[in-house]
Amino acid sequence: MNKQEFTITVYTENHIGLLVRIATMFSRRKINIESLNTSPSEEEGIHRFTIVINEFEEVVRKLARQIEKQVEVLKAYYNTNDEIVWQELALYKVSTDEIAEKVQVERLLREHGARAVVIRKDYTVFETSGHREETDKLVEVLAPYGLIEFVRSARVAIIKASHGFHEKLREFEEAMPGEEQIENEFLNKQEGIFTM
Amino acid sequence: METLEVKKETVAKQTQTINGSQAVLEAFVSEGVDTIFGYPGGAIMPIYDALYDYHDKLKHILVRHEQGGIHAGQGYARASGRVGVVFGTSGPGATNLVTGLADAMIDSTPLVCITGQVFAHLLGTDAFQEIDVINITTPVTKWNYQVTDANEIPAVLAKAFYIARTGRPGPVLIDITKNAQLQLFEYEGYTPCTHIRSYRPKPIVRKEFVAEAAELINKAEKPFVIFGQGVILGKAEKEFKAFIEKAGLPAAWTVMGLSALDSDHPLNVGMLGMHGNYGPNVLTNECDVLIAIGMRFDDRVTGRLDKYAKQAKVIHLDIDPSEIDKNVKATVGVWGDCKETLPLLTKLVEEKQHIAWVNKFNEYMAEEVKEVIHEELNPTDDILTMGEVIRNLNELTNGNAIIVTDVGQHQMVACRYAKFNQSKSNITSGGLGTMGFGLPAAIGAKFGAPDRQVITIIGDGGFQMTLQELGTIMQNEVDVKILILNNQFLGMVRQWQQLFMDKRYSFVDIASPDYVTLAKAYGIEGQRVNQREILHDALSTMLHHKGSYLLEVMVGKENNVFPMVPQGCSVSEIRLK
Repeated sequence: MNKQEFTITVYTENHIGLLVRIATMFSRRKINIESLNTSPSEEEGIHRFTIVINEFEEVVRKLARQIEKQVEVLKAYYNTNDEIVWQELALYKVSTDEIAEKVQVERLLREHGARAVVIRKDYTVFETSGHREETDKLVEVLAPYGLIEFVRSARVAIIKASHGFHEKLREFEEAMPGEEQIENEFLNKQEGIFTM
Repeated sequence: METLEVKKETVAKQTQTINGSQAVLEAFVSEGVDTIFGYPGGAIMPIYDALYDYHDKLKHILVRHEQGGIHAGQGYARASGRVGVVFGTSGPGATNLVTGLADAMIDSTPLVCITGQVFAHLLGTDAFQEIDVINITTPVTKWNYQVTDANEIPAVLAKAFYIARTGRPGPVLIDITKNAQLQLFEYEGYTPCTHIRSYRPKPIVRKEFVAEAAELINKAEKPFVIFGQGVILGKAEKEFKAFIEKAGLPAAWTVMGLSALDSDHPLNVGMLGMHGNYGPNVLTNECDVLIAIGMRFDDRVTGRLDKYAKQAKVIHLDIDPSEIDKNVKATVGVWGDCKETLPLLTKLVEEKQHIAWVNKFNEYMAEEVKEVIHEELNPTDDILTMGEVIRNLNELTNGNAIIVTDVGQHQMVACRYAKFNQSKSNITSGGLGTMGFGLPAAIGAKFGAPDRQVITIIGDGGFQMTLQELGTIMQNEVDVKILILNNQFLGMVRQWQQLFMDKRYSFVDIASPDYVTLAKAYGIEGQRVNQREILHDALSTMLHHKGSYLLEVMVGKENNVFPMVPQGCSVSEIRLK
């Protein structure tokens, strides 16, 4: 097995300091974080980390367990790219004169599904969203026309096979988990999506 | 009915105005804390001020350095099985705790450490003695939290104790800003924490995996149990004994598991790992089913991983799911508290005796005795060995004492040869290998188990790292026996330099002060011994002395600890010389 891109989804309590606690799990093992996003989740008060790394599956599995072990982490999942739907948002600042004058630029932008967010006399900001290759491509084609500024967000991802966190959270909130709850499900190798 | 309800309401709403510091101490009293190890300073002064009024309920031991304080807290926790409690001030007080936190983290020791912090409005301003203790201690704590409002204190402390002692135990640090310590608030009483939704200390035991494990054990011809501190932390010594006795399983221990099973138990086949016994190491690579209980396959236990027990099916019982498959792939992983899983397993295993297989361990032991142990314990030349000191000690304690060791050659020798007949008796820095651990940990152990004899065995290197705690022993009249095995070298490093670095003894030649005179300065009686004829009597004098005592034994300068699995070698490549 080679290194490949994995997306780790972590459901956590919203606590100061937890970002560091999770980040050190990676830095301690000298693993570079390609992208990291924190956001609210489908559950009020529950935070969702989306972390992208390039690693061996075995490393990622162990890492996910270490993350899930942290007191304020409810659950950690990890998925390969074909198990998720994901997007990244990118912003591009270009000179308004350039695009006004050159029809070519306008066509390029349209081809790449870019949308103008701000138009000013001196510059225009476009946005696109998509996979990295897509947003990268536009950087490449805009370069000859003087791309002033470029920024891309972290990946956000939805797990295809997930039923959301509502059920899980209810189980976690019970003082004693019910019999039907397969708590150490990571031992259950039949699980469709990778999970602990 | 209605009136009853109303009454309940008023009871629940009865509050009391107290400050944050008092709330901390109230939490301690409710949690059954009896001893605190600490050192005051500016940012924790309000708590110390409150402590002044709690002296009848809470004993505070003033240490000489915060590292000493936290190691004492560890010793207390390990000897008593309860949570150790430690105080330190902000800044350097907090950073001095870091080594102890790391040690407690890797050895799963339950601690609650309270550090004072500068006023909340000064956070981030580089105020006097301000340090970002939460971020510094994040990788070395099971949980940490900064309190800036006194109202949070009761619930946060309840959480701290719950997290520290449940599941796989570990250190918790609570940093409390000075304003929160001083702040008056309406205190509604203390409610212990019993549940945190994001934290599952006690997993549900999957019976099907227990059944699979039992089946493997029942089919095994050469089953071998290796156990660690999980048995002690789970208070499952009886359950463990019942399990190995029913299935007739030879069992070997890690350094951290030592004393969970009586030394003279017929199924106790000895120590694992780098300086462990010959049989357990060699036969790890011959057994057909390896049953690991409450241990984490540390590299000092496994040696070279890709040549470790490759022939065996591995059953791994652990409370921490991240340990299963971490270093050694388990054929069957049984996640759970071994206090629960072991009885389930015992019920399913067949009653058996593996006489020939157990004998194999005995044969290896006989060879080890002939090649190594006999000479180490009964040397024929003039030079004293560490092993013979331990042998003499065993004859006097009959395995009843708590032995606290430091780190190095003496630690390995003590673990190899000291006899134990009750659990929680071997206290040492296993995972982190913290030199300087021994003396302060022994102080804590004495407070954790006041009725037991506490002996700390320390090398001349480690003793010089935390000898300031002699002051703590003096002031509090702590009855610990200090046994320094002085080889005038940093012996373990020297041994490696001798074996693997062409005897290039680079900075391992360490001079010692006159320890007996030093002890005398602290009002501690002592003696130095360098002759075999008086060794036994000197040890006896030490043990019978009323109060603390220091005995320095001059041992061979260039003695080595054997057997040894050299780094990077397989356990079956263990060397006898």
